Amino acid sequence: MSSEHALGSSEYLVEVEDLKEYFPIRTGFAKTTMLKAVDGVSFKIKPGETLGLVGESGCGKTTVGRTLLRLYKPTGGRVLFEGKEVTDKNMKEYRKEMQMVFQDPYSSLDPRMTVEDIIGEPLDVHKLYGTKAERRDKILNLMSLVGLNAEHATRYVHEFSGGQRQRIGIARALAVDPKFIVCDEPVSALDVSIQAQVVNMFEELQDKLGVAYLFIAHDLLIVHHISDSIAVMYLGRMVEKADADELMSNPIHPYTQSLLSAVPVPDPETARKQKRIILEGDVPSPLKMPSGCAFRTRCRYATARCATETPPFTDRGGGHMVACWEK
Amino acid sequence: MENTNMPKKSPFSLQVDLSKFEKATDEEKRQQDVMSESTTFFKDGMRKLMKNPLAVASIIVLVLIIGTIIIAPMVVPYSYSDIISVGGKRDKTAKNLAPFTYSKKEQSYMDETGEKLFPHIMGTDSMCRDYFIRVVYGTRISLVVGLFASILVLIIGVFYGSVSGYFGGRADLIMMRVVDIIYSLPDMLIIILLSVVLNETLSNTQNPIIKTLGTNMVSIFIVFGLLYWVGMARLVRGEILKIKSNEYILAAKAVGAPSGRIIRTHVIPNCLSVIIITTALQIPSAIFTESFLSFVGMGVKAPMPSLGSLANAAREGLQSYPLQLVFPSVTIVLIVLAFNLLGDGLRDAFDPKLRR
Ligand SMILES: Nc1ncnc2c1ncn2[C@@H]1O[C@H](COP(=O)(O)OP(=O)(O)O)[C@@H](O)[C@H]1O
Ligand SMILES: [Mg+2]
Repeated sequence: MSSEHALGSSEYLVEVEDLKEYFPIRTGFAKTTMLKAVDGVSFKIKPGETLGLVGESGCGKTTVGRTLLRLYKPTGGRVLFEGKEVTDKNMKEYRKEMQMVFQDPYSSLDPRMTVEDIIGEPLDVHKLYGTKAERRDKILNLMSLVGLNAEHATRYVHEFSGGQRQRIGIARALAVDPKFIVCDEPVSALDVSIQAQVVNMFEELQDKLGVAYLFIAHDLLIVHHISDSIAVMYLGRMVEKADADELMSNPIHPYTQSLLSAVPVPDPETARKQKRIILEGDVPSPLKMPSGCAFRTRCRYATARCATETPPFTDRGGGHMVACWEK
Repeated sequence: MENTNMPKKSPFSLQVDLSKFEKATDEEKRQQDVMSESTTFFKDGMRKLMKNPLAVASIIVLVLIIGTIIIAPMVVPYSYSDIISVGGKRDKTAKNLAPFTYSKKEQSYMDETGEKLFPHIMGTDSMCRDYFIRVVYGTRISLVVGLFASILVLIIGVFYGSVSGYFGGRADLIMMRVVDIIYSLPDMLIIILLSVVLNETLSNTQNPIIKTLGTNMVSIFIVFGLLYWVGMARLVRGEILKIKSNEYILAAKAVGAPSGRIIRTHVIPNCLSVIIITTALQIPSAIFTESFLSFVGMGVKAPMPSLGSLANAAREGLQSYPLQLVFPSVTIVLIVLAFNLLGDGLRDAFDPKLRR
């Protein structure tokens, strides 16, 4: 397997193997505990495809995205891009291939810069233009690509709405012409009326440019809309992963089932029939992870075995992966 | 799976009906553009500053003072270091004159020749020198010292603070302990000790730059450079820690921008307002310290005047010629007050915490 990787031939664009990110947290005088924000996550994404990543807030979705891009130094595991391992040394060249769109459209854009300079920053860093005119052309192209008015190039960001700001952030990510973009809840800070527009834009951009996405969200409907496959996370681990339609119609893990039961259904008839599964208790603190299966403290099906052994992430047929002893 | 997020329009819903809307014409779009004139952070702040009467008054006072110290030496025909001479002869009678009066010799000279001599606006001092020009030169020295000392503080403090804040971790810990140690030193005592030591060592050098500037001046700069940057460094570090938590820093890292570039293009511009405000407030404190040092006789060397040494010299004749103390003191007060008020105005106008 590793020799295959060394050759750099892989049908996958991005492969994440057993990624771990532990944060040292001071829990007392001269005492640190490891917060296991991401604890052994693996997935693969093909070129031009979208993997949706869902889970409650605090379960480590953002950390997965940031560690994947080496904005945090990974505690363990590895990331392959086009079959080649990404390391600290060669990350610089992959900054042109992998980009990120951030959650907060306010703090992710520098308030002292014009739109032009924000979108132009990746071009400046990688010296992707010969002349000033060429730079401006590229920026204006990017702006029209994400539906921004070219006249606004010299404006400062505080004059824009959340949706427009997010478009600026997307244009910045696209500036280096990446093959893969981590989208960290790119619409959750936006007005519901604008969310659909921005999500549709992500889809159009994918059709046009062939980029692959890791699309992080906590809204299952949006993720289903845009993703080819969906992964569900709980407390730093992946509990279920399957084709988008398969996961929505046939959820196996109790946690996924409860998430799905909370999704509002447009049709009132089905809505009445559907029973909402309400989870008991709170999410445990990531500093005090339950032994065995992390979900057992809130699971209706939990048995003694769940407390002692961590369930393996196994294929239940057709690539539908689940980590559960009982289901 | 389309339109899952867009409910169908029901006749009773309050959802707007898009078909009832007309598209805006280009004309109307242009009007919108004109209405929302792009304001930069700087313009916005300047507008606020100009609305603050105290700040505007301070600016006017400072402009007047700076204008005077630039123009006066070209207009006033007296020298700050030499006794007044009338018709080529030294005038020993022009001692401690009151403002706008002439000595006997000058009076008789004017009567003889009919020529009008330039008035002594602030009179003369006990060594028969024009006092106005001495105060002007004293103000020059004080302002230059204040300005350069503040620039020195600015450079060292910003560099140190941004490195410490940006890289964080162990480096930050060690760098901040150094700051704490310097902070805890009794500064006046250290300043006096340092200027004594530096004066001793520097007076032996042959370095032409130090010679022209005067050893005391150089030692004042060194003292400021060694001691006063810590406040600035602390402030800048705190500000940077705040800026660092913004996602645009992560975005720049994700793009592959090197640390130097991130500090230059994102971090420094975003803490610029704090830096400017602190510098504006640093200038009067530097002027004050210089005046104090000169007053106790450790500042600039005679015959070069500074506001502090002028005040010190005026002490001897305080009973008979109180005005000689009043002029430099009032100048110090005006400068320090104006800079402080301007600094406050700048903070109100530019500090993001007070905005919105
Ligand atoms: N830089 C960090 N230092 C320490 N703990 C962190 C850091 N970033 C995230 N965490 C912790 O890691 C866990 C996962 O966070 P995050 O990835 O942001 O979750 P999500 O994006 O799913 O809401 C949280 O408990 C959070 O407190
Ligand atoms: Mg998050």
